Amino acid sequence: MSKRRVVVTGLGHVSPVGNDVASGWANLLAGKSGIATITRFDAGDLACQIAGEVKDFNIGDYLAPKEARRMDVFIHYGIAAALQAIADAGLDDIPNLDKTRVGVNIGSGIGGLPLIEETGVDLINGGPRKIGPFFIPGSLINLIAGHVTIMKGYQGPSYGIVSACTTGAHCIGDAARNIMYGDTDIMIAGGAEGAISRLGIGGFAAMKALSTRNDDPATASRPWDKGRDGFVMGEGAGVLVLEEYEHAKKRGATIYAELAGFGMSSDAHHITAPSAEGPARGVTNALRDAGINADEVDYVNAHGTSTPLGDANETNALKLAFGEHARKLVVNSTKSMTGHLLGGAGGVEAVYSVLSLHNQVSPPTINLNEQDIEGGCDLDYVANTAREMNIRVAISNSFGFGGTNGTLVFKQV
Amino acid sequence: MENIEQRVKKIVAEQLGVNEAEVKNESSFVDDLGADSLDTVELVMALEEEFECEIPDEDAEKITSVQQAIDYVSAHLNK
Repeated sequence: MSKRRVVVTGLGHVSPVGNDVASGWANLLAGKSGIATITRFDAGDLACQIAGEVKDFNIGDYLAPKEARRMDVFIHYGIAAALQAIADAGLDDIPNLDKTRVGVNIGSGIGGLPLIEETGVDLINGGPRKIGPFFIPGSLINLIAGHVTIMKGYQGPSYGIVSACTTGAHCIGDAARNIMYGDTDIMIAGGAEGAISRLGIGGFAAMKALSTRNDDPATASRPWDKGRDGFVMGEGAGVLVLEEYEHAKKRGATIYAELAGFGMSSDAHHITAPSAEGPARGVTNALRDAGINADEVDYVNAHGTSTPLGDANETNALKLAFGEHARKLVVNSTKSMTGHLLGGAGGVEAVYSVLSLHNQVSPPTINLNEQDIEGGCDLDYVANTAREMNIRVAISNSFGFGGTNGTLVFKQV
Repeated sequence: MENIEQRVKKIVAEQLGVNEAEVKNESSFVDDLGADSLDTVELVMALEEEFECEIPDEDAEKITSVQQAIDYVSAHLNK
């Protein structure tokens, strides 16, 4: 039996550069940064006072106020992106859709950290009676999937994978395999994060992982630039509708791309410090899964977080995986504009990779004014200006704390 | 100053996401106003907050309608 093929038929997205796919994509191509001074809370006493906040987002467009009040923001973003993707794919219009064969896999790296933080304060100040009954369901990571299945009546798998900053990629890759294996025909898959709180920013700042370019937020995320000094936290969600190819073709769905391959690996090295071999193995595994030669890949949506170690390491990993062909790749970091969405990163970047392939254009990597060639960052990072280009195959890389790696491979149908 | 009845009804409407007009004295939280078990816990917490009182769990379990909430709060505040 030949392998069932999986295609992308819907896209949804909430991020620091836009609350829907069209506006976010337009801002990316225009090179607009979504990073600014934190407004969500007073960050005056934190080393890092900047972030990529989602702006002017109204959950009331998606949920009744009573429901919305009972969930932390990562669930809001996840639900919003999922509903956008479902609408984009036209799933509600499929007559006699077998909802027992539709599932959801949307994860988050951290889940309801702001709600955990607030409830901790309530507990300390008011005792256990001040813990609300919606604290647990409002902060649990798999509740994005839970809510989407309840809202839409989908009765297939309902879960969310947790793997730090590789969460979104793992969710999408695993969901695709669920379709390939034959358990489902459609999966709603992606990642979400909403951890911009004192505890979240303070925690990553304590690791010295965040940029402290507080006086110039829009240029703080600068992957592969000499002046890079850490990542900038973003928030939001990216979700794909994945569908079995014949199922999509039969109903005349718009097919953006084929999700041709998925690969995973572990560094087996260190909880936070990267290794080049681990990510390279993830890329190689993904290409093997897709049955694609390294020299067929034209576009890489890099993990590219703007940390001194990580950016150089990913460059080395790409050289290991691609050999000489690495110099012909366009290696793009959309995090230069969105910041790092942690568990949501793999989700939004899958959306961007699909759009790059579909529209045959790479967004720019902004703030790349002094490329760190001496530091080993010597590939083509599509600096500062979007580029129309021939893209046969696009890959999206995600690497997470714990040394966990995931790569998705998209190709034209 | 609103009386206890008005204040209770306002909180019930807000917590359960219904119009204040739907909230009658005889309304049952679960049967008439669509509350589930978690909603009723949160509703009691909101009443405690509004009236600055503590409603023990064994009493809270007996508050299942708007009138019962009004009665409980009235009795408690009169003490």
